[in-house]
Amino acid sequence: MKHIIAVLLENEAGALSRVVGLFSARGYNIESLTVAPTEDPSLSRMTIQTTGSDEVIEQITKHLNRLIEVVKVVDLTEGAYTERELMMVKVRAVGKEREEMKRMADIFRGRIIDVTEKSYTIELTGDQSKNDAFLSAIENGAILETVRTGASGIGRGERILRV
Amino acid sequence: MEMSNAETSSVSHSAAHRTVVSKPKSGDTEIRGAEVLIRALQAENVKFVWGYPGGAVLHIYDALFKQDSIQHILVRHEQAAVHAADGYARATGDVGVALVTSGPGVTNAVTGIATAFMDSIPMVIISGQVPTPAIGMDAFQECDAVGITRPVVKHNFLVKDAHDLCDTIKKAFHIARSGRPGPVVIDIPKDVSFKKVPFQGYPQHIEMRSYNPVRKGHGGQIRKALQLLLAAKRPYIYTGGGVLLSNASNELRQLVDMLGYPVTHTLMGLGAYPASDRKFLGMLGMHGTLEANNAMQNCDVLLAVGARFDDRVIGNPKHFAQNERKIIHVDIDPSSISKRVRVDIPIVGDVKDVLTELIAMIKESAVKPDAAVLANWWSTIDGWRSRDCLKYDHGAGDVIKPQAVVETLWNMTKNDDVYITSDVGQHQMWAAQYYRFDQPRRWINSGGLGTMGVGIPYAMGIKLAKPESEVFCITGEGSVQMCIQELSTCLQYKTPIKIVSLNNRYLGMVRQWQEVEYEGRYSSSYMDALPNFVKLAEAYGHVGMLIERAQDVEPALREARKLKDRTVFMDFRTDPTENVFPMVRAGSGITEMLLSSEDL
Repeated sequence: MKHIIAVLLENEAGALSRVVGLFSARGYNIESLTVAPTEDPSLSRMTIQTTGSDEVIEQITKHLNRLIEVVKVVDLTEGAYTERELMMVKVRAVGKEREEMKRMADIFRGRIIDVTEKSYTIELTGDQSKNDAFLSAIENGAILETVRTGASGIGRGERILRV
Repeated sequence: MEMSNAETSSVSHSAAHRTVVSKPKSGDTEIRGAEVLIRALQAENVKFVWGYPGGAVLHIYDALFKQDSIQHILVRHEQAAVHAADGYARATGDVGVALVTSGPGVTNAVTGIATAFMDSIPMVIISGQVPTPAIGMDAFQECDAVGITRPVVKHNFLVKDAHDLCDTIKKAFHIARSGRPGPVVIDIPKDVSFKKVPFQGYPQHIEMRSYNPVRKGHGGQIRKALQLLLAAKRPYIYTGGGVLLSNASNELRQLVDMLGYPVTHTLMGLGAYPASDRKFLGMLGMHGTLEANNAMQNCDVLLAVGARFDDRVIGNPKHFAQNERKIIHVDIDPSSISKRVRVDIPIVGDVKDVLTELIAMIKESAVKPDAAVLANWWSTIDGWRSRDCLKYDHGAGDVIKPQAVVETLWNMTKNDDVYITSDVGQHQMWAAQYYRFDQPRRWINSGGLGTMGVGIPYAMGIKLAKPESEVFCITGEGSVQMCIQELSTCLQYKTPIKIVSLNNRYLGMVRQWQEVEYEGRYSSSYMDALPNFVKLAEAYGHVGMLIERAQDVEPALREARKLKDRTVFMDFRTDPTENVFPMVRAGSGITEMLLSSEDL
């Protein structure tokens, strides 16, 4: 089952590699991982998207907590949360494709952020399934390049993760 | 490792000039990073540092030279520096300290660090690093020490600014000894150890928002555990190294004696409860006793304390799960709980604290264990015990049985102040089975990583800390050669140890597996072209003995013990085909035991 784990950790050199090293050393999956400093520059916030049985997820959170630089760990999927991912897709846009691609971007509430005679670059934000849906909605051969940030997650309402 | 070239020190000078030096406040003294390190070690009450010099740590060695409260022990290989400091830590409970240079110094130390990590031993390992401007330049003797040690440390630090040195060392010791202990590496570039910084004293306390290990167990959980324990029909107490690390042997003894329940230990836990008491069922696991393993499988309430249900202990987890039992697990590390076996009542906390609270609750409790039910359980256990699974064929004539050597040593030393170290293999198992440890921290071996070669360095580390105690290293001719060079260190620092080598001319445990699992195809397990160990010992300035007949075992041990100030290497030529029994084959359940060669 998919889990989204949010981690607050010291913004120190090497902290990221400890997290990544933990996943590879113990054979856990990482579907995606995003990290950036928070409003407090001494802290980084990480969102890890992973899959595994309940036992595996329990071990993952315990092992993350065991890392000395990790301050807090929350499995967002245990409660209500919001997830967003930014995706940029460069698509072929020639002839009648131009209108089609524009319309697809509109349907998915995407924005065209770069235009050439032969291509559009479309920016989309949403949960991953929405971005997946966009990619499957357009003809595969039309996709020139895709870049995705991976999921960032935040708890809903009163669920707040901070020090 | 050898000294690096002179260029590196000039780099460190220029680096020091490029860094902005904060002016010390009046009254502050400015000292070099290397001196900060020494003062920090002194403040941590460090008495011994095992190490090996090299280019990147020359400033540190210079600072060591100028003081005399810390003794440096020059080993012959960095691996042994870490093992010796590790052995010292295991025997004393203090943080063991090792010092190595950059590059090969730290790579050689990795085996020692991983060994300490697997057994949760508090250690601080200081490694030199090339000067900060040279990091990443593939400099001479450069190695990413933090990267290469990351998976095998509790934590590690690269100190890029000498101003951070003092706090970092404080953190390192705090992390190493608190919570679930473990090794911490501090990597110090050469310019950092050279740079002068203000020194305002070593901090008394350090606060880390990201690291606050729990000590006290959850009271409600402990109460639930107590109810379960008191209502048990077939209770069992299974403990590991955590009891020793927490110095909770007295609490465990009190608990077991109050309840009258059977108790077993893992390889790492031996000595926590006296092995000579009848409530102790012996070690459990792959080479555990029949009664210890059968009780594990058949108990209805299991109290696991400071142990982690590892593969050598519970065998095939599916087989283990066939019997229903309630499990209470006390451990300071939440990640050890429900890792391999699902636990009903987890209690996260320091073993000593939790057991103290549990004992207090038992004293208050009106409910007592049902004596009749317990007697029933004990009679079942005594039935298993009557099989006498550790009995062995003493052989005929001159042949020396390895078990007999260990038993003889035990009979001779059981009332004395003795430490036993071992290496890894058959001899280790025989030592664990036949030397009955009645006291904690007396059995020193590599359980988790299973590192051959630890025996001599462990023994010399302990002997230095405990000069009045006798230290025996029970080893084999395979393991002992992995750190044999340390015989030289033993001579230099006058740490007389007694090496009991059970020489069967085989890598015995490998040979045993090949006999059991590979139809006797002894692939590379025969030790040909062995050295003459007597001459080898003599070449290192020690005493060597060759013992080839059973009747000479006891006299040889007596003679060796008389040579109090000498290291003695006893080369016992033992039965080459002897196997360790009982044995649980890989993949089998823990009660599916081979009890003798007839079961093969």
